[in-house]
Parts: sequence; structure tokens; C-alpha cells
Amino acid sequence: MFGKLTLDAVPYHEPIIMITLAIVAVIGAALAIAITKYQKWGVLWHDWITSVDHKRLGVMYIVLALVMLLRGFADAIMMRTQLAAATNGAEGYLPPEHYDQIFTAHGVIMIIFMAMPFMIGLMNIVLPLQIGARDVAFPFLNNLSFWLAVAGALLVNISLGVGEFARTGWVAYPPLSELAYSPGSGVDYYIWALQISGIGTTLTGVNFLVTVMKMRTPGMKLMEMPIFTWACTWANVLIVASFPILTGALLMLTMDRYFDFHFFTNDLGGNAMMYINLFWAWGHPEVYILVLPAFGIFSEIMATFSGKPLFGYKSMVWASGSIAILGFIVWLHHFFTMGSSADVNAFFGVMTMIIAVPTGVKLFNWLFTMYHGRVQFTPPVLWTLGFMVTFSIGGMTGVLLAVPGADYVLHNSLFLIAHFHNTIIGGAVFGYLAGFSYWFPKAMGYKLDEKWGKRAFWFWQIGFFVAFMPLYVLGFMGMTRRINHTNNPDWNIWLYIAAVGGFIIALGILSQLIQLYVSYKNREALKDTTGDPWNGRTLEWSTMSPPQFYNFAVDPKTDGVDAFHGMKKNGTAYQRPGSYAPIHMPRNTSAGFIMGMLLTAFGFGFIWHIWWLVIATFVLTIVTLIKRSYDNDVDYYVQPEEIEKIEGEHLAAIQQQSLLKA
Amino acid sequence: MKNARNNRLLAVFLVAGSVLLSGCSGGILDPKGQVGVDEKNLILIATGLMLLVVIPVIFMTLFFAWKYRASNTQAPYNPEWSHSNKIEAIVWTIPIVIILVLGTITWISTHDLDPYKPLEHDKKPLEIDVVSLNWKWLFIYPEQNIATINELVIPAGRPVSFKLTSESTMNSFFIPQLGSQIYTMAAMTTKLHLIADVPGTYNGFSANYSGSGFSEMKFDTVATSTDAEFDKWVAKVKAAPAVLSSQEYDKLAVPSEGNPVAHYASVKPGLFDDVVMKYMQHHGATPFTDQKMDHMSATSMHKHAEHEGHQATAEESMNPAAMPAETMHQEAGE
Repeated sequence: MFGKLTLDAVPYHEPIIMITLAIVAVIGAALAIAITKYQKWGVLWHDWITSVDHKRLGVMYIVLALVMLLRGFADAIMMRTQLAAATNGAEGYLPPEHYDQIFTAHGVIMIIFMAMPFMIGLMNIVLPLQIGARDVAFPFLNNLSFWLAVAGALLVNISLGVGEFARTGWVAYPPLSELAYSPGSGVDYYIWALQISGIGTTLTGVNFLVTVMKMRTPGMKLMEMPIFTWACTWANVLIVASFPILTGALLMLTMDRYFDFHFFTNDLGGNAMMYINLFWAWGHPEVYILVLPAFGIFSEIMATFSGKPLFGYKSMVWASGSIAILGFIVWLHHFFTMGSSADVNAFFGVMTMIIAVPTGVKLFNWLFTMYHGRVQFTPPVLWTLGFMVTFSIGGMTGVLLAVPGADYVLHNSLFLIAHFHNTIIGGAVFGYLAGFSYWFPKAMGYKLDEKWGKRAFWFWQIGFFVAFMPLYVLGFMGMTRRINHTNNPDWNIWLYIAAVGGFIIALGILSQLIQLYVSYKNREALKDTTGDPWNGRTLEWSTMSPPQFYNFAVDPKTDGVDAFHGMKKNGTAYQRPGSYAPIHMPRNTSAGFIMGMLLTAFGFGFIWHIWWLVIATFVLTIVTLIKRSYDNDVDYYVQPEEIEKIEGEHLAAIQQQSLLKA
Repeated sequence: MKNARNNRLLAVFLVAGSVLLSGCSGGILDPKGQVGVDEKNLILIATGLMLLVVIPVIFMTLFFAWKYRASNTQAPYNPEWSHSNKIEAIVWTIPIVIILVLGTITWISTHDLDPYKPLEHDKKPLEIDVVSLNWKWLFIYPEQNIATINELVIPAGRPVSFKLTSESTMNSFFIPQLGSQIYTMAAMTTKLHLIADVPGTYNGFSANYSGSGFSEMKFDTVATSTDAEFDKWVAKVKAAPAVLSSQEYDKLAVPSEGNPVAHYASVKPGLFDDVVMKYMQHHGATPFTDQKMDHMSATSMHKHAEHEGHQATAEESMNPAAMPAETMHQEAGE
């Protein structure tokens, strides 16, 4: 009846896990009680869960990202404290069978379930607004993508209380991840969590590519799209081209583990090197998927808060494009030590360092955006400046690792760990946090508290250096990654410092939670009445905050990259048209949520070999999709009277604001 | 108060700095062999070259941000300026030049430091076959016909030619102070050439996570000061009571953690090749006595060698002719 699932799968004997589960249960219950008390179940269902509005989906993506950030960061703190405790031959408090799950979960969560939803969330909120569109090309698909991401995240979290997570590292290299060496449920959780959410990501990539191609406001040329939209577009090209590789590689690993295939096994002609190549053929583009949109965010922020257009817009677009294309032909640098010939290694090494050229150009362009500008040190700008300093170092160590001769001694060392945290935290995460505070008023209608925002930045920035610079040193000292305990007195001090750094970052995260609380409390004082709190340059700032659900009452007319800036300058902003035409809008649907939950159960059934559940949920998923496809009542028209009313409020607020100023 | 805090901060940095300098011993910045020395120099040159751009960029970031701060109304403000061909040309040229130089260095150094390339040296290299097992290292000395677990002894000043494979999961064979690491993979062989120029004891371990016992998958690398000392050690191992037979190897293949050093006075001939071929048996690799099968195995091996090319040099271990007769009988019997 329940396949391999028995009560033994629950780790009763692990106090850390049981306490965590208890806390999660308490928080969950408290949330449920609060929602019931304030009678918000209906709101939750109608306005959020079933919503196809890109802005609301964006908010939900970011909520998912923040929740998973807390989970992934708890893993990070456990790793740092374990390594600080387990020196001089001590064993620490996390035995390998638990520790190995933690570092695997940390990597998977931070990349797939923190960074990706954060990036996709920002893209959801901002991209359609920037191109003057009323929604994405396929609103239902967008909702489905989100629920597939949630399904993957749910499976990762279920693994905490039922069974285990993979003990393979986030790359899950065979033969270690094969049945012969990982017989437990961990790798299966890994496979299905990545597989289901990965399909959602592919659909998102398709959706936003079509949106950019077909939904731009009439007259907007491709080379007039805001730079963040361009950066996301390159990232979406990478998603569409690379995620199917992950899907294929995971599918082959699934066949190996479930159906006695031998793609990657040691015996019967299998070869693990194929998986490793496929994994990184996805995995390397993936890091550019994460970082390109962040580059776009920095570009927007630098221009807005310097009071100038972005320096070298065309340069930026083509630099992003070349990074995207080059990002596809460098994957082998993840395994120079596999014994490839010198020609092969040298080729991939040189290709990798060529990426430093467009990246360097970007840094110079941000510099010259500040040049002859008026830079305001708001939290988004602090994140951007912090990024420019931090990422320069991370980029440099990355190029060093691209030199095969250097990689032969630095590969898999803590130097590598320091490098990629330097680029992913200093690049991607700083970018998302910058974008978070920059676009927060747009999404929520009020600004974030600046004081706590600045505190958060400084804790993160300083914490980052304290936590990760020691890892560079440890890498030079020959410490390798994924070690559970050490016995080298020279290393101790650096492991202690790194642990302290982890706690400083924790203060940064705490500051952000306080910032959210304080800002919510003062939301009336921080209210963004005009929709344009920063004197913005692109179209999203011409809407209300939060934007009208249909985004734009009439298609905005653009002339150039900084379209809204141009309108304000020419005095064509905030014009009341003679009359409004009805607006065609998509209806909410529960199909995405239902399919997401069914597929969660489908993955769970596969993980525990509960075949009736697998078959039932698969059939029901297909039935739901077919039913949705035959549903003809999927859209409606917003009538001019309603538009008139909403637009009237916005224009009145603008007028009041300009009177106040005058 | 603030001053006192600053002083304390300074003290912490000074302590940290001195620890950094002294702490480098034992790592890759303290190499004891030619390969490691070359790699250290490569790291220093590449880093220096990149700092030529990185330091100015960091400086300019902070300087521009400060100079063009909103409160500084003295600074020039060009609210519509966003393009300059001159600056564009410079910002593309600088990184291109640096990468041209670094790319050239990379191409040359990658060929010089190819782990498969024998080192140029007067002395004939010492051959050692390495097998990674869960979770210990087996070192077979084919010329001396001895083997050890978790202890690698080599004479300083003589190149060592490693041939490596894995019994099960993938590992990476790494002695940081001697230089390059290389993966060990089941059913495949990889190669590595190292040398210890200075006698001493150096840490070796697996640099690729391979499961729960991975953290203890360590060994001491002892570089003896003279060849005579090495010969003495060989004689000592030869006097050990244990011998490494197939049965003994099967026992080793059972996962275990934190294994003590062990010595084997002799090794079953062709054991290393057996380990490599182990997974090929269903693949037409046995029996070797059968001409047809022999041909088949050679074809499949050839295909493998072609597919994997340099990544897994299979030719030696997979050429049946090169295998000792005993191996063939053993395999035929299975």
C-alpha cells in the first residue's frame, strides 16, 4: 500500500530534525489560525493561489525564495558551526550521514529554490511592466510554473521529516548517486524535486521569451527595451536552451535508479563522465541565468539613482548576449582534473576567461554611469556598490580557476567554495536584494525602511568578507570541500573566523526581517502615492503602486530606452486619454495549483515506490490539463467605467503630489 | 571608546595576518616539488596580472561613488550623457589585452602542466598504481611487487608516474604540496606525474567527495631523502606478513573508514588491471581465450578509448595481450 514507506522513515532519533519539525508545525498552525481568525482563506485562494496576475505571482515567488533562504541559511550555519566545532580531530555535533545531507540540501535549496524563485519573482513583477504589457503571453502557464516550483520545494522540505535528502553533494555525481552507493530515498527526493521544478522553469523561460517577442507595447523596438528586460531575455534564452539538458540527465539517472538502466553506472557499459558533462552543460549556463538578471538590476539602479541614462546601453546588451553564448561553451572547466587532454583543457580555460571581457566592460559601464552623475546612497545603491567591489574579487578568482594549471591544485578546495559564493552572493544575491528594495514599493505600495535596509546591507557585506575570505586562505592551505571534520591546527583560526562571518550574515538577514516588519507597521508613512518614488526612468514607474491589475489603461507610447523619463521631460506623462477601451484580461484558475499539488504527490509516490499513487496522480494531472484546455471561460473584459475610476484615482494622487511640491 | 575598538580591530587583523603568513606552510603555496612550484608561480603571475585591472576598478568604484555623491553639488553633472566612443573603446580594449596575455599563458602552461605528460628528468620515473576504495587508498608498486594501504612512500628527487583507477565511487587523488590532482574513476584509468624535490612528509587525501567515510580518506606521503632509504622501506614492506591476493583485495573492497596503514609483501600479478576490467566483464571482456570474444572486447575497448579519448586512457589495461596470463585465467574462470 505504501511502497517502501514505513514509520521508520521518520527520523525520531534526530533531535535537530524533530525540533525543526516542531517549530515548523507551530508556525504553520499559528498561520492557519491567523488566516481563519481574520477570515483570509478566501482572499488567499481568490487573490493569490489561483491568480494569473504576473505581479502577484512575482510576489509569491519572492515569498517562496525568502522562506527557502531561511531554510538554506540554517543549513549554512549548521555547516559552519560543525566545522568550527570539529577541529583537532573532534567529531563535532553532525555525523557524516546528517552533515552530508545538509551540504547537499544547502546547495540545492540556495540555487534552485532560493536564487531561481527570487530571480523569476523579480522578473515576473517587473518585466511585463517595463515593456508596457498587460500580462505575460501565457498567464495560466505562469501560474503553473510557480506551482511546479512550489512542488519541488515541498518535496525538499518533506524529505526533512520523511526519509532523508541526498548525501551526494548538490551535483549528485554518479556512481555515488546510483542505487549501488545511495540506496536510500535521498537521491530520489533530489531527482523529483529538481525534475518537477525544472520543468516549471523551462515553461517560464518559454513564457517570457514569447512575452518579450509578442507583447511589447506597440512601437517599442527590441533595442529600446529596458536593460533589465534585456538581461532577463538573455537569461531566458539560456533557460530554454539549458534546462532540457538537466531534465534529460535527471531522466537518465531516474532510469538507472528505477528501471535498472545503465547510463551512468560503473558496470554494463555505463559511464559517469556522461552525467558530469550533461550536468555542467546545464549547470554552467545556470549560473549565468542567475547572474545576468542581477546585472540588469544593477544597471537600472545605477541609472535611476545617478540621475543619468545607463552608460553604454548597446554595449551592455551585447555584453550580456556574449556572456550568454560563451556561457554555453565553458562547462568543462568544472572538471579539468578528469584527465582531458591539454588541448581540450586549454580550450575551455581560454573560453572561460574570455567571459571576463564582457563582464569587465559591464563593470566599467556602471562606473561611467556614476561618472558626472548625482549618486544617491539609497540601500539599492549600497548593494550595487558592494556588488561592484565584491564581484571584482570573485571574478578575479574565477578567472584564476579557469587557468587549468591553477585549477589542478585549487579544484574542489575551499578556494572554489569561496569563489562561487563570492560571485553568487556578491553578484546574484546582492542583485536580488537590491532589486527587492528598489521594486518593493512598486509591488507593495510602500517603501522599505531605509535605516534597517542600510543595516542589513552592512551586516551582509561585512559578514560576507568575514565568512568567505578565510575560505580562500583555507583553499590555499589545502583544505578540500565537503569534509566533515578536520585535524590541522593551522586551519582552526580560519574556520572560527568563517563561522563568525556566518553569524554576521545572520544579523543581516535578521535586519531584513525587522525591516519588513517596521516598514509594514509604518506603511502609511512610507506609502508610495504616485507610483514613482525614485524618479524612475522606465515604464513600470508610470503605473500606480501597486500597479493597476491591468497595468496600463492604454498602450504606452515609447521613444527610447528611458521611456518614462522621456515622457516626464516632454510633459506627456500622466495624460488622460479622451476615452478608455475595454481591456481583455485572463481569468484566475485553480488548474495550476491543482496540478502542482498532484505532481507533488506524484513525486512522493515515485520516491517511495507507491505505484498506485504515481498512476493516479499522473492520470489526474493529465485530466486537469485537458479539462483546463477545454475551458472556454478563461477571459473577460474590464469595462471603461471601471478603468476610468481607477485611473482617475491615480491621476488625482499625482496632481495632489505635484501641488504639494509646488 | 571608539579608538579602543579600532585598536582591538587592528590587533585582530595583525594576528590574522601573521597567522596567514605562517599558516601557508603545508598548502599549495608551500610546494615541495617541481609541478607544485610551477603551479604556485602560475597562480601568482595570473593573480598579479588580474590585479592590474581589479584594483583600479575597486578604487574607481569607491572614488566615483564618493566624488559624484548627490550632496556634492560642485561635481559636474551631465544628466543626458550616456555614450562615448572613446571610453567604450578603452573599456573593451583593457580587458581584451589582459585576457590575450592571460590566454596565452594559459595555453602554454596547460600543455606544460598536463598531468599525463611525463616529467623531464634524468631519472627513470617510479611507477605506482593507485586504487581508490571506499574509503581508503591502495598503492601498488608494480616493479617492487609490493602494496600499501594509506601510505605512499617515494624517493625525493625521482619522478613518479601514477596510474589511477577506482574500485567504486569517484575520488580525486591529491597531495597539495606536490601539485596537480586527478580523478580516479571505476573501469577507467587516469594518469598523473609528480615529483617531490624536498624530502618530507606531505598530506594526501581525496579531493572529491565520495560518501560518508570520505573525510578520513587520507594518507601520508613520505618522500625519502635517498634512494637507499626508499629501498630500505621497500625491504621492510617485503618482510610484512600479509600478501595482497584477490581474496584479500575483495576484503579491502568492503567499505570501511579510517583504515590504518597496511603493508603487503607481494601483490597478485595484474591486480590493478583486474580492478579496471572488473566492470567490463559483462561487456565482452571475458573470456580472453575465446578468439571471437577477444576481438569483440578489443572493439568495444577501442570504442571506449575513442569516446573518452584522453579522459580515460584505457589502452594499456584493456589490451588483452598486455595482460599477464594469470589474469586471463583468473577472469576466464569467473
